[in-house]
Amino acid sequence: MIEKIVVPDIGENVVSGKVVAVHVRTGDGVAVDDTLIELETDKAVVEIPSTAAGRVTEVLAAEGDELKVGDAIAAVDTAAQKTGEAGRELASGQEEIRGAPAEEEAPAEEIPGPEKKIDTAEPKAAPAQADEGRDLIPAAAEKVPAEQKPAAPVPASPAIRRLARELGADIQAVRGTGPGGRITEADVKTHVRIRLEGGRTAAAGMPVGAGEPPLPDFSRWGSVETVELETVRRLTAASTAVSWRTIPHVTQFDKADITALEDFLKQNAGEVARAGGKLTLTPVLTRICAQALVKFPRFNASLDANHGRLILKHYVHIGIAVDTPRGLLVPVVRNADAKRITELAVEIADLAERARNKKVTAAEIAGGCFTISNQGGIGGVGFTPIVFWPQVAILGISRAATEPVAVEGQFQPRRILPLSLSYDHRVIDGADAARFLRWVCACLEQPMALLL
Amino acid sequence: MADRKTSLAIIGGGPGGYAAAFLAADLGLEATLVDPAVNPGGACLYRGCIPSKALLHVARLIGEARAAWEWGVHFDKPKIEIDQLRGWKDKVVSQLTGGLGRLVKERKITHLQGTAVFEDARTLKVTDVQGGERLLGFDQAIIATGSEPVLLPGFDGAAEHIWTSRQALELTEIPKRLLVIGGGYIGLELGTVYAALGAGVSVAEMTPHLLPGVDRELVRFLRKGIDPLFEQILLQTTATEPKVQKNGVKVSLKNEAGEASSALFDKILVAVGRRPKAGSLGLEKAEVQVNENGFIAVDEKRRTSAPGIFAVGDVAGQPMLAHKASHEARIAVEVIAGKNVVYEPAAIPAVVFTDPEVAWAGITEAEAKERGLAYKVSRYPWSASGRSATLGRSDGLTKLVVETDSERILGAGIVGPGAGELIAEAVVAIEMAATATDLGLCIHPHPTLSETLKEAAEIFHGTATHIHRPKRK
Repeated sequence: MIEKIVVPDIGENVVSGKVVAVHVRTGDGVAVDDTLIELETDKAVVEIPSTAAGRVTEVLAAEGDELKVGDAIAAVDTAAQKTGEAGRELASGQEEIRGAPAEEEAPAEEIPGPEKKIDTAEPKAAPAQADEGRDLIPAAAEKVPAEQKPAAPVPASPAIRRLARELGADIQAVRGTGPGGRITEADVKTHVRIRLEGGRTAAAGMPVGAGEPPLPDFSRWGSVETVELETVRRLTAASTAVSWRTIPHVTQFDKADITALEDFLKQNAGEVARAGGKLTLTPVLTRICAQALVKFPRFNASLDANHGRLILKHYVHIGIAVDTPRGLLVPVVRNADAKRITELAVEIADLAERARNKKVTAAEIAGGCFTISNQGGIGGVGFTPIVFWPQVAILGISRAATEPVAVEGQFQPRRILPLSLSYDHRVIDGADAARFLRWVCACLEQPMALLL
Repeated sequence: MADRKTSLAIIGGGPGGYAAAFLAADLGLEATLVDPAVNPGGACLYRGCIPSKALLHVARLIGEARAAWEWGVHFDKPKIEIDQLRGWKDKVVSQLTGGLGRLVKERKITHLQGTAVFEDARTLKVTDVQGGERLLGFDQAIIATGSEPVLLPGFDGAAEHIWTSRQALELTEIPKRLLVIGGGYIGLELGTVYAALGAGVSVAEMTPHLLPGVDRELVRFLRKGIDPLFEQILLQTTATEPKVQKNGVKVSLKNEAGEASSALFDKILVAVGRRPKAGSLGLEKAEVQVNENGFIAVDEKRRTSAPGIFAVGDVAGQPMLAHKASHEARIAVEVIAGKNVVYEPAAIPAVVFTDPEVAWAGITEAEAKERGLAYKVSRYPWSASGRSATLGRSDGLTKLVVETDSERILGAGIVGPGAGELIAEAVVAIEMAATATDLGLCIHPHPTLSETLKEAAEIFHGTATHIHRPKRK
């Protein structure tokens, strides 16, 4: 519904005023009480707030206009939600993203964008006929180019910032207990003490590099350049560190003969393409692994180490690792055990595309039980993926190759796919893992095994 | 082969260079300062901050004397003894630079009076004021060579009628008609001086606003105060084709519609910006990289691309302000002394010394919006300030940018007499991560203009004493 916001009765016998500032543009999201315009009356400059929340569809006031009480200022579509930028929505869900670097089987390999350089010598305008006022604008705490400025400076006085630095603490990661989140000396010391005592923090809050000794000054040996970590990278670093620290990893390797499967994929690619998906190994593996998780419930669980118990899941959501320009994202396919391969192919193609275009939501990244990471598109013969805590297993796929296999005394060229299953040895033993992976390979080789 | 050796060579003796030299000495480091003037000071002391502020003080005095007529104090129009005024201004400069020279001696810093260029990554060639050359080897160096006024192409022909800030501050004469090209802080400040001393001053600014980039609201208040001082303020106007005539210099003034008109002036002050002096230092020989805007590229510790060589001040980047240079210089010296510190100011204040003054620090309202922060602006108009009424001035505003959830003070903007002094408190508040509550609970003396900061903080909560601005639900 479109609501028109008008100049209200400001009181003090004010009938009109001149618009001296307009704070919104068409398309902006506004909340109730957000300032729309500033009106200069005889007495003062008054801010006129919005009385509706939604999206501004029309701005009816311009700087310099004379408006009377009751004149329209803007039109707001109250049905439209005020959305934050997609990037920020995504950021809140990033907490659960972890896992070994991997790529979709699809050939399009995005090269991650160059990470931003810290360039502190950042003049604002070219000298000739330059505007001096602009030259005067202090680049407050500017260590990164404008597009990547931190939201606000860290709430710590200069002396506290120095203290943190001296103690090797990352001030951005310290929790402030003072008013407005202010960081006190005690907060810095607490933060450092917890690190030294090896205390646990939620993966999301874990700073990158907690507990590491301070770096040497590399510029002593040559020139260096410092680059700020992007959000996805920062989160991946934090979560892989937690997984590695928490989970005793073992990786089980196996191979599957997918000669017949590749023929099947070729024959049915067209039908799946018409449905809007890409028929590759990934959706097939997703379906097989979904079944495997039902057959081997311990692989579809999380360990509650603090209470010494296992949480078994009665749902099967599988994360598919996608390499995007921003880094590794793992969107989740829900209820993969209930979906046919064609459906999975369509859904996975859509998730991967949206992950690469920053259009996947936080909800779509959360809640996976198991992860598949397919590097087949790039190459390699095997790798040791990192389990995506709090999951307990992850399946890595490498490139299929034509290998000689003994079939009834003769060597035949067969298409062999390498698989690498990493697992949490606190929950899963070697024999379980070998059985799980063998079963997956058996299904790849003879899909009827799925129905036995 | 070096004739001399030093641990730390500092090139340039302005606010960056001398601050570096003094701290180095205080921390026990041996340092050599290279600067062509007899005493340190750089552009700031000799032909910038100091002489301009001395003259602006006089300009304000003249303005106040005139305003006093309303208060029953009737001064005659002042007669300006320009030689005496110039003499006083020069005395202020020599007093301060002389003081710096004494500090150099007290701290036992070696001062080589000359200019330096790089021979290689560890050697400078110093040419003294008599032309003699010698080599200075160094372990580490700080480049603090500052900046110089940008010149407009096509204006060299009218040279004797063209001023930069340097000539304007020499105060050789008060022209009848002065054109100031550039409506930034330098143009407005010097224009204010000459207008107060009796010149007819016109300002031509290329962009649609005076002080481009500065908070619009603050500039609006400023214009109320300075518009009457100038004969004309021409926005979106460029000045070209100066032609020297018998009776002055004719200039073509073109507006945004492309219409040109010509006007005659006695002197033209070109104040279109400053650019870093990184060009003739032989930086390639030391492998010090310069970025595409001409500044020396530095990291958060003020290190350049060449190990052991630092750069601070105007030559190292924006903002080109003396206090930023001094701060950077001290950080660089601490890094050299082995401390684990970086340049990380939460706020750098900026002041325009017109009357009324304009000052700001921290995140501006426009920046807060651009960064998508949840913020509120609290405005305290000086019409509600007791002190400003006693000064006969109500043309002021104090505004705070406050983060909504945490209530932290993110930025401040002040316009009014004395804004330059008042902004310092805001810088402390921002650096200390003070909240609006903190600021409101600090007792500020009455009646002073500093109370405007306290009450602006109280406006955030809707409980400011001297103005009724209830918080909107």
